[in-house]
Amino acid sequence: MRRGLGWIAALSGSILAGCNGVQSALDPKGPAADELANLIWLFTVLCAVIWVLVMAVLVTIMLRRRQRRIHPLHVDQASERTVSRVVISAVAATGIVLVALTLLSFFANRTLAGVGEDAVLTIRLTGQQWWWEVKYENAEPSKILTTANEIHIPAGEQVRLVLQSDDVIHSFWVPSLHGKLDLIPGVVNSLTLKADKPGVYRGQCAEFCGLQHAHMAMLVIAQPRADFDAWYADQLRDAAQPLTEEQSTGRDLFLDRPCVMCHRIQGTTAGGTTGPDLTHVASRRTLAAGTLQMSRGSLAAWIADPQSIKWGAKMPVMNLTGDELNAIVAYLENLK
Amino acid sequence: MSSVDLAPEHHGIRDTELDEISLHRRLAETWRTRPGLIGFLSSVDHKVIAKRYLITAFVFLCLAGLAAVVMRIQLSGPERGLIGPDLYNQIFTMHGATMMFLFAVPMVQAVGLYLVPLMVGTRNIAFPRLAAFSYWIYLSGGLFLWVSFALNTGPDVGWFAYVPLSGPEFSPGKRADTWAQMITYTEVSSLAVAVATIVTVFKQRAPGMSLDRIPLFVWAMLVTSFVVIFAMPAVMIASTFLILDRLVGTHIFNPAEGGDALLFQHLFWFFGHPEVYIIFLPATGMVSAIIPTFARRPVFGYLALVLSLIAVGILSFGLWVHHMFATGLPKLGASFFTASSMLIAIPNGIQIFCWLGTLWEGGRPRLNTPLLFVFGFFFTFVAGGLTGVMLASVPLDLQVHDTYFVVAHFHYVLIGGSVFPLLGATYYWFPKLTGRMMSERLGRWHFWLALIGFNAAFFPMHIVGLWGMPRRVYTYPVELGWGGINLFISAGAVVFFLSFVLFVINLVWSATKGDVAGENPWDAGTLEWATSSPPPSYNFARIPVVTHQEPLWAEREVLPVAGGLRVDAREVLISTIAEAKPDIREKSARPSIWPLFAALTVGATFLYSIFTPWAVVWGALPITISLVGWFWPKGAPEDEE
Amino acid sequence: MRRLASMLLLCLAFAAAGCQREERQTRPQPSLGDSEQGVPVTTLAPGGGSPLLSDAKAAEFEANAFQLSEGKRLFSWYNCSGCHANGGGGMGPALMDDKWIYGDSIEAIHASIRDGRPNGMPSFRNHIPDDQIWELAAFVRSLSGKVPSAAAPNRNDDMMPHPAENRLPGAATEGKSP
Repeated sequence: MRRGLGWIAALSGSILAGCNGVQSALDPKGPAADELANLIWLFTVLCAVIWVLVMAVLVTIMLRRRQRRIHPLHVDQASERTVSRVVISAVAATGIVLVALTLLSFFANRTLAGVGEDAVLTIRLTGQQWWWEVKYENAEPSKILTTANEIHIPAGEQVRLVLQSDDVIHSFWVPSLHGKLDLIPGVVNSLTLKADKPGVYRGQCAEFCGLQHAHMAMLVIAQPRADFDAWYADQLRDAAQPLTEEQSTGRDLFLDRPCVMCHRIQGTTAGGTTGPDLTHVASRRTLAAGTLQMSRGSLAAWIADPQSIKWGAKMPVMNLTGDELNAIVAYLENLK
Repeated sequence: MSSVDLAPEHHGIRDTELDEISLHRRLAETWRTRPGLIGFLSSVDHKVIAKRYLITAFVFLCLAGLAAVVMRIQLSGPERGLIGPDLYNQIFTMHGATMMFLFAVPMVQAVGLYLVPLMVGTRNIAFPRLAAFSYWIYLSGGLFLWVSFALNTGPDVGWFAYVPLSGPEFSPGKRADTWAQMITYTEVSSLAVAVATIVTVFKQRAPGMSLDRIPLFVWAMLVTSFVVIFAMPAVMIASTFLILDRLVGTHIFNPAEGGDALLFQHLFWFFGHPEVYIIFLPATGMVSAIIPTFARRPVFGYLALVLSLIAVGILSFGLWVHHMFATGLPKLGASFFTASSMLIAIPNGIQIFCWLGTLWEGGRPRLNTPLLFVFGFFFTFVAGGLTGVMLASVPLDLQVHDTYFVVAHFHYVLIGGSVFPLLGATYYWFPKLTGRMMSERLGRWHFWLALIGFNAAFFPMHIVGLWGMPRRVYTYPVELGWGGINLFISAGAVVFFLSFVLFVINLVWSATKGDVAGENPWDAGTLEWATSSPPPSYNFARIPVVTHQEPLWAEREVLPVAGGLRVDAREVLISTIAEAKPDIREKSARPSIWPLFAALTVGATFLYSIFTPWAVVWGALPITISLVGWFWPKGAPEDEE
Repeated sequence: MRRLASMLLLCLAFAAAGCQREERQTRPQPSLGDSEQGVPVTTLAPGGGSPLLSDAKAAEFEANAFQLSEGKRLFSWYNCSGCHANGGGGMGPALMDDKWIYGDSIEAIHASIRDGRPNGMPSFRNHIPDDQIWELAAFVRSLSGKVPSAAAPNRNDDMMPHPAENRLPGAATEGKSP
């Protein structure tokens, strides 16, 4: 018994710890997730109460003092009637609870659907094996912005997210902001995202999508409006020019080696579209869809041997010498 | 001895003409499984076939369990490198596919195959050769899957194999075809058993077993079989479409050419949700059989329980969309499926309340292992059912869908709702199968280890799911802090696995050294306990006549019997559907090697047809030959008339 | 008994084929250092073709389903269709027919992609990692049905320029497709 209590204590301790995770449904940071977290707690409490009641009946049955029955077919009609009354009322109570829960979830769903009539921004999110292409739509072609694995949004404002996929089914899920929505080839889904406060919220692909389903994360970064606008303007610029000898060697190597076949760097001749856009790669916080923290070391490790970090990813192992690797890393590191 | 005489017709020796000893001798001669390898392979005795099913399904359970342990070791800490994503994907697919298609469904159907003819008081299942065929095709399907896995061709697309991931572009090689064709094998076999079960229940019940006297387990198997017949074709269509897309280049699931990727999900879950009830309903039947025996009274609310079974069977077809809430379906339509998913909780609730009522009204229950497992069933299944109610809510589902919360939920429902009753059923019916009791001491240890291990492994999954851990990931980053709880889960999983080791020890020990059980060790009320343990090949020397829902409790001294069946040929008594009045005598097929050949030819055709569509054409030839052999009259007494 | 033995043999045959066909390798072996094929030093060879150095890589790539499908992906990612138009030929020669200017072996195709050929085929030596060139070469062979149908790529999830590689007439080594 004491062990059981210890268990419960340990578990509830860790539940509370998990409540403020960067990727927890119990740590809502936006109106949609808020609504959902409330719903989760309500259902949980209700279900727990029902479970405890059923178990209490079961325990009572076990502990009740009674005789062993001799004649199995001898049934007391009076108490039989009592039990059937109890059973019928229990069924009725179940029905009422279920109707209540159905209505509750219906209205919650309506609230969620009602959000987002006046989005300030439309972002097209395309699922790729195994990363996210993020495209900010704009009526002016020069203001369309393409980046990867990081969605910056203005805090406190509604943003419309259009979800689509180029290959298999993925699912967009940032638990502290919104529930899941799938990215399905041939289907366009959309949802409205809103973060109440500035912050970094992690999300992860939630539909099994092949070898590296586990390493397909993204960050939603909510910023105050001014910071967001600054970031946006910054991202629209061409890539930074090499500052050092090594960096310009790096750029030349980038354009001569396989890198150029898949990646785009705005302001250079690199125009590949099958890999993530690298124009401002060093300004991002992670590498390889949330697999590595951005740093010079991770960049070098990733380029040197991506297949030992994210086996099966579409980035191949290239035969670069140490100097070539250093130069390319130096160049990319400068692309803030 | 009262007896209902059937009008004697022409020749043949009738059981009415014989005394007990020569009757046994004659029947044993007529119904025996012939010795030797050929005899072994030709057997059409439902008990022999069912035992093969049970053992095979148990082996697959162990294999899939081992796969689970490997996964749990891999997940016991962040960024572990025991197995890479390629192998992990194959292993989790093998685990799911094996548990669903090679363990759960065949296992519950096998229990039905063994018990239904005994419970309805007949000599053999209807269409015994079809049953034999179904076993061989099931075995070949299982071998096909696991041999493919051993050859690095195991499916790696999940047991649900969603397109486009499993489709032609993203699954090179034959791995996804292996999944798709394994479906065909196993579904053909379960359809065959379902048909045989339905006909047995409708037409071969002992005289007097009118619809309101059918044991609840038999009702459960009947409803299950209907669900099988209506659900399985959907998944066979889905998997066949998938093979067509992959092999002959159709565009059924290709949006660019007017196909639809979501169609696959609809077809799959139109089968997939009833599948859960195919596994669960027989388990409720087992619970309904165990509880009255240990409470020593007839089940409370028989009619309500039967109607609930039927209601669950029908409603199970109306809630498949709750597996697809995250696909962005129209909101109002999704809410309809919330309502229908909630609705199914009512018949399930009725069942729970009726069982509790039975226990409440019964005498002080004997806490033997079968009943312990039924309590384990209540403990876990009620929790799983309640999280199921949570998943039925569209908005709530959007947060927990495809996370470990769902993994926890369906393991609570499937292990709690089906495996625990199955374990209880094993302890309960083991004496009938083997003539020996299972060890109570080991049984108790097994129960507590299983219950604790199970809950330790699966309860924390609810939490880690809410923390944001998605399913089907082969690893997770350190920074998210899921390491500790996953280590705890893995430890629980190992304990749960050990409980099964104990179970195997108990099975082996008890089969040889257990106490000898009589005909009716639990003093239960249904017909399977009216014959010796293990039952003779012909089940009952004389066909019992049923006067009550619990015939053995109603007729304490001697069971009334019906006579008039031939004993020198395999004959069963056919009765009317509703009243179970004796209708006609019907032959029952003799042993034959042809079902095995038919299964071999069909299996080879299935195997070859993942390589070329021509296999269907060329395979038809040997299949036809084996069917001609199967039905060829050989002048045996059964062929007359 | 003989039936059983022949079944077993058949299974073993499938097994051997299966292992080779389904292996998935994404890192070059050896993963570090120069694993590239040697460069032919002369254009003269008996019979008029170009000299071929047989390579251990050939067996690893030419009938492997995973590598073939990767090759198919790269064929479109690297815009091979720009000149070869889905294999039908345009500015560059057709790849679906039976004519092979430099031979139909995977080594020859690999050499063509790596080192380029006169009249317009550029060299991709530095632009494409060597293993990906092997994947492309393997795929190019499948365009004219030169690989077993069990390993050849299936159709893509897009509009169909031509029947899938596993449905090409020559591909049906394990039974003719209708």
